[in-house]
Amino acid sequence: MAKAKKASRPKAGGGGQRRVLVLAATRKGLFLLRSDGTRRAWRQDGPHFLGCIIHHAVLDPRDRRTVLAAARTGHLGPTVYRSRDLGRTWKESARPPQFPKVPEGQKGRAVNHTFWLTPGHASEPGAWYAGTSPQGLFRSRDGGETWDPVAGFNDNPMWGKWTSDGQDGTPDGPKLHSILVDPRDPAHLYFGLSSGGVFESADAGASWRPLNKGVVADFLPVKDPEYGHDPHCLVQPASRPDRLYQQNHCGFYRIDRPSDRWERVGRNMPKAVGDVGFPVVVHPRDPERIWTVPMDGTTVWPRTSVGGRPAVFESRDGGGRWRRHDRGFPRRQAWWTVKRQAFAADGRDPVGLYLGTTGGEVWASRDEGASWRCVARHLPQVYAVTAAEPA
Amino acid sequence: MRVRLPSPLDSYTGGLRTVDLPGGDLGAVLAALDARFPGARFRIVDEQGRVRTHINVFVNAERVGDLGHPLAPGDEVMIVAALSGG
Repeated sequence: MAKAKKASRPKAGGGGQRRVLVLAATRKGLFLLRSDGTRRAWRQDGPHFLGCIIHHAVLDPRDRRTVLAAARTGHLGPTVYRSRDLGRTWKESARPPQFPKVPEGQKGRAVNHTFWLTPGHASEPGAWYAGTSPQGLFRSRDGGETWDPVAGFNDNPMWGKWTSDGQDGTPDGPKLHSILVDPRDPAHLYFGLSSGGVFESADAGASWRPLNKGVVADFLPVKDPEYGHDPHCLVQPASRPDRLYQQNHCGFYRIDRPSDRWERVGRNMPKAVGDVGFPVVVHPRDPERIWTVPMDGTTVWPRTSVGGRPAVFESRDGGGRWRRHDRGFPRRQAWWTVKRQAFAADGRDPVGLYLGTTGGEVWASRDEGASWRCVARHLPQVYAVTAAEPA
Repeated sequence: MRVRLPSPLDSYTGGLRTVDLPGGDLGAVLAALDARFPGARFRIVDEQGRVRTHINVFVNAERVGDLGHPLAPGDEVMIVAALSGG
């Protein structure tokens, strides 16, 4: 079991505004960044689980005290750690996500790593979802202590076709990610498969159907296939759950349900920048406001800041028009990659934005992306950044 | 059975490097390991009973991957964290 960690509190400040907790999950451990009320001063706590690969760490918005972290090491298999006290102490799951054991002689799947964590619906305290590599969906009903496979997906007769038998070439292994729980209905779920596409369930995961019409998959020989796409990240505005945004390997899309056809609103981005990237963030109260971090998707797919000049692009009308934000970022020779989980918003007004780079930096904006400041550097490669206001 | 443990399991074992555990085969010894240090087995053996890619298990000097491998009194089991890259 992980040893208990001590953490310090930042001093009060900021006129009573809530402090923000940023969880920076890295290739070599978890770091907690705690702000004061103004979000000007940040205190770094960690590393927790030094040497462990932390793919995702998420604060439970239902109690604002519980944190789950998905971990593995280079040698040891995957597990999930839980903290009930904002990262001061940790306890390992008694039964981490794992596929059922198959009979002797059959080839069974094994979880390589848990990649994604999503808290369940507000009406279901203790419910969590986890997405794994290879692509598997798991559910906990006890706050992450034990996890069960969601058979409706993992044992679906189409699983092999949807996931290319869990053998696709995504770096570090194929992923199930971006698990979304409809705030109006705990049984209505979406997720993304890299690769495989976007999928939807209306019955709490008992059955699934692809939702990929209109999305390009230029790495497949078939035009407009039913599945096999490569969504990098999906988000669902809490204030308009029928709207989804998708940063895909092949562009930036949005959809308004009940339509089942995505629209490539990324075409409205500057041609010189393109609409390839990994993360997307939506404003916590305005469903039209979104931010993405374009990456170079030309030629051999460098997946770095376009031209070595990092920028965040924002749309205030759901992707119709885009504006560039780069004040505070390096002006040149900055070859960042920002992974799909490494961009987040807090719930404050104005909204704070946070992004982590594979160069081990965390950058923050207190003004909804207009300007940026580095709040942590010299970290290991940042895999995921989440932000929340703790209790 | 004498079992030698690698440092990546320190958070489970409290830093113990050698333990004596009962078992007539490798699987039984790993079950005994998990009973004493809950959670340790799953970190070195996956849910299908396969020793994980970057873990090697030796019985005496022989590398063993089959959990059914029989053990005799006096055998020594060595669990090694192999190379896993940067």
